Amino acid sequence: MSDASSAAQTPSQYIEHHLTNLQTSFAGSQVNIDTVIMGWGLGIIVFGLLWLLALRVKSDGVPGKGQAFFELLYEFVDNQVKDMFTGNRRWIVAVAFTTFVWILIMNSMKFLPVDVVAVATHPFADAWKPVATADLNTTLAMSLSVILLVIIESIKVKGIGGYLHELTMTPFHGPNIVAKIILLPFNFVFQFIELASKPLSLALRLFGNMYAGEIIFVLISLFAAAGFGGVFFGGLLYAGWAIFHILVVPLQAFIFMMLAAVYIAMAHEAH
Amino acid sequence: MNIGMTLLLQAIGFFLFLFVVHKFVLPPLANAVEGRRRQIADGLAEAEKGKASLVTAQKDADKLIAEAKAKAAEIVALAEKQRNAAIEAAKGDAKAAGEREKQIAAEEIAQLSVKAKEELRDRVADLAVAGAQRILQREINPQVHSDLLAQLKAEL
Repeated sequence: MSDASSAAQTPSQYIEHHLTNLQTSFAGSQVNIDTVIMGWGLGIIVFGLLWLLALRVKSDGVPGKGQAFFELLYEFVDNQVKDMFTGNRRWIVAVAFTTFVWILIMNSMKFLPVDVVAVATHPFADAWKPVATADLNTTLAMSLSVILLVIIESIKVKGIGGYLHELTMTPFHGPNIVAKIILLPFNFVFQFIELASKPLSLALRLFGNMYAGEIIFVLISLFAAAGFGGVFFGGLLYAGWAIFHILVVPLQAFIFMMLAAVYIAMAHEAH
Repeated sequence: MNIGMTLLLQAIGFFLFLFVVHKFVLPPLANAVEGRRRQIADGLAEAEKGKASLVTAQKDADKLIAEAKAKAAEIVALAEKQRNAAIEAAKGDAKAAGEREKQIAAEEIAQLSVKAKEELRDRVADLAVAGAQRILQREINPQVHSDLLAQLKAEL
């Protein structure tokens, strides 16, 4: 409420405004353009920087500071994957690394004060949500991509027949062909629920945490409407909530990364 | 909340980044990390080998020192033996020399006693003659043999 342009807003309008995506029409449907720009932009910046670092990696001798940081990040992800999967893990590490880094950088936009973002983007946008992971589109896109990778991995490991067998003949094993046919729908429903719950839980957990955190930030910002004391008290609360998010932001990225890696690693196990 | 196009775009972004990470970002780094790990492992193995060779070298040195000590002890023992032998030899020589001296002295004594005996024998003959003269003086009547006595007197 600190900027003059929104002085006439009621609190509910203020909150609604902060939680509205900037939308535009693209290829005949509505697109949350702020989410896409933040997601792609941050991804291009951070992965571009990592690519630059990768080009300057020295394979022998004393590594530089940039490389040391890069290796720290890589080994962190690599060790997590190594603990859960034996065999060639380069692909799983790549998936885990990408999800971890991208979610971490998108979540980190939470540390920008909500009204600073609003004022900065006001000249050219009616609304701007800086945290791309507080948009269900992003989290669902990532979790569905991960599940797509799980299905591809399952088919690659077990073959189409093997994977269909797993989807229809397990977990309830029929002793003969009649029992197998009777149990088939139950098995399929069971497996389908298991398969569908994975992306839903991944997406909703990340989205819920980020969205709820964003609402609290906006609510705390409302204190600024209560004069100087409100600004001071609200600032303290805002700082406290931001400090708490130093824990939440990497934790959510870590959980998403771990579960994605676990799901893909599980695709290698035969039932 | 409108789910759809945004989701698709974000998914495309995800796969794009995943492709870049898998193809370009991670391989050089993974190779570097793996290479360094191998290098460190090699270095540790080398150090282990060096340690082992140090142990064998120590063992060799110990053996050499022990051998040298044994040899030195042998030499000392030999020297002692030689010294003893030399002392014994000197003692023998001295004894032999003493023995010879003694023999020479004994021979001298024997010669002297023979000489003394001969002298004594000469004196005994004189004494016997003197004794016999005394006896003869008593047995013989001085009147009878006064002329003989006179003759003796004359001789005396």
